[in-house]
Amino acid sequence: MFAFILARILQAIPVLLTVAGISFALFAYVGDPIAQMLGQDFTLAQREAVVHALGLDQPLYVQYIKFVWSALHGEFGLSYRLAKPVGTLILERLPATMELAFCAAMLALCIGVPLGVYTGIRRNGALARFIMILSLIGVSLPTFLIGILLILIFAVLLGWLPSFGRGTLTVVAGYSTGLLSLSGLKALILPAITLGLFQMTLIMRLVRAEMLEVLRSDYIKFARARGLSTRAINFGHALKNTLVPVITVVGLQLGGLLAFSIVTETVFQWPGMGLLLVQSIAVADIPVMSTYLLLIAVLFVAINLTVDLLYYAVDPRLRLNRRSLTGRG
Amino acid sequence: MPLLEVENLIVEFPTRRGLLRAIDEVSFTIDPGEVLGVVGESGAGKSLTGAAIIGLLEPPGRIAGGQIRLNGARIDTLSPERMRPIRGRQIGAIFQDPLTTLNPLYSIGRQLVETMQTHLPLSDRDARERAIQWLEDVGIPAARHRIGAFPHEFSGGMRQRVVIALALCAEPRLIIADEPTTALDVSIQAQIIALLKRITREHGTAVMLVTHDMGVIAETADRVAVMYAGRIAEIGPVRDVVLTPAHPYSEGLMGSIPSLEHRVDRLRQIDGAMPRLTAIPQGCAFNPRCPKTFARCMTERPALLPAGPTRSACWLHAEAAPHV
Amino acid sequence: MNPPARLIARILARFWDTDFAYSFRRAPVAIVSFLVLVVCVGGAVFAPLLAPYNPFDLASLSLMDSFHPPAFMPDGDRTHLIGTDDQGRDMLSAIMYGTRISIFVGLLAIGFALTLGVTVGLVAGYMGGAVDAVLMRIADVQLTFPAILIALLVDGILRAALPREFHDKMEIWVLIFAIGIARWPQFARTVRGSTLVERGREYVMAAQVIGLSSRRIMISHILPNVLGPVLVIATLNLGLAILDEATLSFLGVGLAPTEPSLGTLIRIGNNFLFSGEWWITIFPGLMLAAMVLAINLLGDWLRDALNPRLR
Repeated sequence: MFAFILARILQAIPVLLTVAGISFALFAYVGDPIAQMLGQDFTLAQREAVVHALGLDQPLYVQYIKFVWSALHGEFGLSYRLAKPVGTLILERLPATMELAFCAAMLALCIGVPLGVYTGIRRNGALARFIMILSLIGVSLPTFLIGILLILIFAVLLGWLPSFGRGTLTVVAGYSTGLLSLSGLKALILPAITLGLFQMTLIMRLVRAEMLEVLRSDYIKFARARGLSTRAINFGHALKNTLVPVITVVGLQLGGLLAFSIVTETVFQWPGMGLLLVQSIAVADIPVMSTYLLLIAVLFVAINLTVDLLYYAVDPRLRLNRRSLTGRG
Repeated sequence: MPLLEVENLIVEFPTRRGLLRAIDEVSFTIDPGEVLGVVGESGAGKSLTGAAIIGLLEPPGRIAGGQIRLNGARIDTLSPERMRPIRGRQIGAIFQDPLTTLNPLYSIGRQLVETMQTHLPLSDRDARERAIQWLEDVGIPAARHRIGAFPHEFSGGMRQRVVIALALCAEPRLIIADEPTTALDVSIQAQIIALLKRITREHGTAVMLVTHDMGVIAETADRVAVMYAGRIAEIGPVRDVVLTPAHPYSEGLMGSIPSLEHRVDRLRQIDGAMPRLTAIPQGCAFNPRCPKTFARCMTERPALLPAGPTRSACWLHAEAAPHV
Repeated sequence: MNPPARLIARILARFWDTDFAYSFRRAPVAIVSFLVLVVCVGGAVFAPLLAPYNPFDLASLSLMDSFHPPAFMPDGDRTHLIGTDDQGRDMLSAIMYGTRISIFVGLLAIGFALTLGVTVGLVAGYMGGAVDAVLMRIADVQLTFPAILIALLVDGILRAALPREFHDKMEIWVLIFAIGIARWPQFARTVRGSTLVERGREYVMAAQVIGLSSRRIMISHILPNVLGPVLVIATLNLGLAILDEATLSFLGVGLAPTEPSLGTLIRIGNNFLFSGEWWITIFPGLMLAAMVLAINLLGDWLRDALNPRLR
């Protein structure tokens, strides 16, 4: 178990270093940090002083190591646009994105999995078919359009829910949350639905497809031939086997939430990391972009690791393959 | 009274080109404790007959006619909820590939306990003890230690033993064994057949043994039904069908069994292939491959008629058969 | 009938009788989707002929015409069936031209992704070894990131790297490149998988034995055999690529408002949602959704039709 985790972490390090390399390359080559810092008029001497101060005259690998080192300490330079440390900027916006992504993920899982199981079991039922058609529409509607439609209906026409911002925030131990006030919760509803809907339909379709695949398998046929109850077959034997592949994809899909939060945050002017990124890309604010890239890479590696561990917990074959492999030497 | 009676069973599949009749008026019986072998080429309808009996035909296949009776009571018309308690408890099943018939995520002990507790009023502890007993019975070494093991920790042959234990653990009166050795190594096949034979005799369980291996049938079965293109070509005591086959098709099949008594340079084989269900010829379905065809075979379907000790669907044995 | 016409008729008749055509005829959803798609693509391709106005002709635009509601609304204008936008552009014409751009970007991006992905997949699968390991590792790493994020970052990097004027001129190609780059790994993975299978087949060994070059074997022997799944992925990804473009344009990093794609139109309309001019955003949105839905339904059907096991 420990060796398994360690191996996974070791595998992740080259990926992270590569992404850090891209990040660094962006930082060092794209755009012109000196011009950004000095403005239009500067003397050669001034320029050289800045180059020296920033360490840009040092060999590339030294610069790269310095970059990684300061990144490990949470120093990512200054945003061109806002002239504030990028680390601080992102930290300020992290809670908003996390809250949004978490609520959307819960929504997607708690509705998506049961619906997938239902439509898988009642494959030819009228309700199941109706849900499938709805889900296909859900997959085809782009996130931003769903957001716009929800705003049009619930904010503009009905006036029930706010269409932008996070509402009243409460600061708990330095972490600002919208979950503790009514207006904060109300502000969360539409963005969370918008963000979660796409993933929900995907998860549902995936669970359904896996369920159908498993229900066709020989061991389910054998379970039927042994007269096990439909309940035991569907929810014991079939669902558990369905979960194995579903976990992987769902893990990645939930990672996708972070990416799609960019769109949702733009539609709802939600003050998270995604909105920060879009605003930064529009003006080519390189430090923010490269930091975002790094951060996302770390998050994805963490998600992948969690997925692997879950996989390991669900599927005995993985555990035992390993045991027999080491056993045989 | 026979344990199982199948009468004029018809199974059909709706397809693009119309209804396909995969099983066409098949009738046979199985007595308590008897082993009925069912042989034929792939696609002859052997496995489908088994699936129809336990009520697990894959849609869109469906029973379109005839009756299936267990202990005199019809089971082909039962609702799924009424049929479920019969499966496992009255009729068990063993499938072809032991590598895929066991749920990979549950220990074999759990699968045994679950099956027994579904059908029998057993406490957890009793069920576990019985599960160990069953595993020992089917020859799993160190059963008590291996009860918590997962299917992938066993070899194919061992897994088939587990499958046999699972099929028998609720003590059904009849087992439908669908090609139980086809997926196994040749060296293991004999062991599994011997195990199946011993354990069903001990428990007085009747067996419908579906296979395309005449050797297995000759060794194991009491009676044998030869199927061809969805119909029974010949049915009778295994000795008579093997030694003095009445139907030309059975004769061809028997010619393909290697024998120790007579040295032959080449095993005989039947020329040609079984017709596809979409293209079954008029008259006797076997007529394009039959060495003894005559005029009547081309126009009329032969019924299953007595032919000495067996019953055969061949005009050669009709009393009114015209001489050519 | 002259011989070529007869030949075509015979080919059509034969196609009509295939299982593929049969399953199409039996799938009302596929037929409807196909028709919707024909209308969308037709309207887009022939927009210059069919559209009532030319929305790109800035000289013909007049602010006097701006914010007309659709014709069926109380104060609607009969000359603008589904209203006009803030610039006075006719929405119907803008949507037709916008669809044209969306389809253009989507097709080219998928063409790019397909070419890149199939090439990488063939080479990785056929060569094996270190080449395979490196290429697939890259694909795997990229696959862990959502395509839209990759496209966004690639677009952002190019925006920073290219001189401003050059970038603005090349925006549509930048978009195609960004979306294509974001979607190649799925093609590569699938093709590699099938190539591995095909490589072990006897006909490939036979080709190797008679001394055909690797390139020849890959292109004329393996490629045709792995195209089925590629077709399905391409169809499903075409819908996604169109959505990618719309999303990027909506986020404001895509096409400029002067030559709007569907995404740009929705972005423009979004500014007027609260002031009641809903039609500026809703109609392009419906168009986009209908088109992508049709592509997805068709892709779904195609997957089932090419994979009989699932039926």
